[in-house]
Amino acid sequence: MNSAAPVVELVDVTRSFPGPPEVRALKSVNLTIRRGDYLSIVGPSGSGKSTLLNVLGLLDRPTVGEYRLGGVLTGALDEAQRAGLRARTIGFVFQAFHLLPRRTVLDNVLLATLYSGVPRHERMPRAKAALERVGLGHRMQFMPTTLSGGERQRVAVARAVMASPQLILADEPTGNLDQRTSGEVMDLFEELNADGLSLVVITHDEKVAGRADRSIRIADGRVSEL
Amino acid sequence: MKLPALLRRRRSGAGAAAATAATVDATRRVDRFTSQDLLVEVSHGIGGHTGRLVMTTLGTVLGIASLVVTIGFAQTAAGQISAQFDAVAATQAVVKPGSARSANGDEVATSMLPWDAPDRVERLNGVERAGLIGEVPIGETAVTAVPINDPSAPEVLSPTLLATSEGLLEAVRGRATAGRYFDAGHDARADRVAVIGARAAEKLGINRVDSQPSIFVGERPYTVIGIVDDMERRPDLLDSVIVPIGTARADFGLQSASELQLRIAAGAGALVAEQAPIALDPNTPENFDVQAPRSGSELQESVQADINVVFLVLGLIALLAGGLGIANVTLLSVSERTGEIGLRRALGATRRDIASQFMVESVVIGLLGGLIGAAVGVFAVVAVALVQQWTPIIDLPMVLGAALLGAVVGLAAGAYPARKASRIEPIAALRAGV
Ligand SMILES: Nc1ncnc2c1ncn2[C@@H]1O[C@H](COP(=O)(O)OP(=O)(O)O)[C@@H](O)[C@H]1O
Ligand SMILES: [Mg+2]
Repeated sequence: MNSAAPVVELVDVTRSFPGPPEVRALKSVNLTIRRGDYLSIVGPSGSGKSTLLNVLGLLDRPTVGEYRLGGVLTGALDEAQRAGLRARTIGFVFQAFHLLPRRTVLDNVLLATLYSGVPRHERMPRAKAALERVGLGHRMQFMPTTLSGGERQRVAVARAVMASPQLILADEPTGNLDQRTSGEVMDLFEELNADGLSLVVITHDEKVAGRADRSIRIADGRVSEL
Repeated sequence: MKLPALLRRRRSGAGAAAATAATVDATRRVDRFTSQDLLVEVSHGIGGHTGRLVMTTLGTVLGIASLVVTIGFAQTAAGQISAQFDAVAATQAVVKPGSARSANGDEVATSMLPWDAPDRVERLNGVERAGLIGEVPIGETAVTAVPINDPSAPEVLSPTLLATSEGLLEAVRGRATAGRYFDAGHDARADRVAVIGARAAEKLGINRVDSQPSIFVGERPYTVIGIVDDMERRPDLLDSVIVPIGTARADFGLQSASELQLRIAAGAGALVAEQAPIALDPNTPENFDVQAPRSGSELQESVQADINVVFLVLGLIALLAGGLGIANVTLLSVSERTGEIGLRRALGATRRDIASQFMVESVVIGLLGGLIGAAVGVFAVVAVALVQQWTPIIDLPMVLGAALLGAVVGLAAGAYPARKASRIEPIAALRAGV
């Protein structure tokens, strides 16, 4: 990973879904995110926010354009290489938490170490440290279903930082949370950002968006800086 | 609050000139989704639904169990047969002239054994020795050790007089306890020699032959040259006085022999039964009755075949159903766990990682079914064998093979669902939620 290079560099990225009718969810997007950037993305429903996040997270490929992640040109990578890069570089936080309901909180957090190559002896101490870090050290053996929404999202945040990523991508992470727990989760994100992680948060919430250093708006697949 | 140092490890060391390839492939070095990780994930995947797991493995359990039972019973039955298997009976054959009922109801022979019958059949493969036997018709004539008919002596039942060819003793596995059996020379010259069965010798008071004792058929003396014993196939020989066929033909006008005894090689029964009549009379071989043993392996095969066909087919059907069951449940599991698949992909799982997870789950389910089925099968065979007082014979490699067959069924059953799971797009999968 080239530390001098921006974490994210999108050049004229277009993503269209072949129809009919063909939908161009992203239209010629240019975006640069540097180390430690804190970016919020706002826009109406169906404007292309999730599509942008999927491209950034290597879950989707641009139809046209270039995407460099940490200086690496991702278009040239095969599926397994993209999976490896994703595992080590990016942490995801989803609106619906995406915790495995039959596994303990600790197991859910450990899951992120499986595919990212965290050495076995480091896995357990890291997971425990991460859970302590999000204030859930006393909930490790609980099942996610017994936790509140705010607690579940904190588990998801702990999982997202397990592989020491450079970039956290959060798609409406507070969408299922009330005002107070939203604030707690955002505090957590900002602590991570203060440590140098780049943070991208999609949100509908004006308050949440306002906390970011930088905010971009997507409308009909086009990005504009606010 | 600060992030623990270990979480920041990666950001500190990256040099400006780090090579792209090294970065991209870095994960492949260390503990990335090892087989240990895979097995842990699989055990959680399977362990989630105990009730469903039981239902899933049922078909495989039944299939493997019935295969083990089939083969186990066949082996046990084969063991029984070979235990009861009589080596003497299996190496002895008898040829008799065919018979038919005449108009007045008497049995009449429809053919005659040729006098050179032993030579003819001894040329066949599998025939070791052959000998003719004929009853010599002497009517009321007494067979005694002394020529003078002493009216004061108590009436003793005189022994029967038989004529045989020189090979008979060996053909019926007899043994000369004193002296010897007559040979082809005696036969050809129609010498007046006789051999006595052990019990007849006792009754006649003859126990040694070196003094060349005589025996009288009516008034005619015959020199006793041997005493014979151990003829289990024709125990009546023990109570008989035996003369060469040539002698019987010359002295008593013997018309024909009544049977041909053959000593055969083990397993040659079927062959001899087919070929001996042809050797005796190529034109009308059907006019001879042959009693030849079915060979031991023939018996075992027929017993095995009887059991195998029914149970084997049932077992294979159950196994097929088991395989379909596993495929079906794994497919269900794939669609239920779409969100989990999406999450794992987001966490860096490759298509191959996803495929191997479902594949191994399916194999483990199959192996589990195979192990349980093999155990059930062994138990069934042992239980039935104990009740029947048989010795249970079960081949250990066969049992292990059967258990592994369960894994193979799982492998085959998992292929399609695993492929399907690996093709789920992560974005679509993530939308499904966990
Ligand atoms: N897989 C897909 N196939 C076709 N159209 C899609 C697909 N995914 C998203 N879209 C379309 O792309 C546009 C942007 O979607 P999305 O990025 O999910 O919007 P947002 O997250 O801003 O609500 C929408 O019009 C949506 O219908
Ligand atoms: Mg969206």
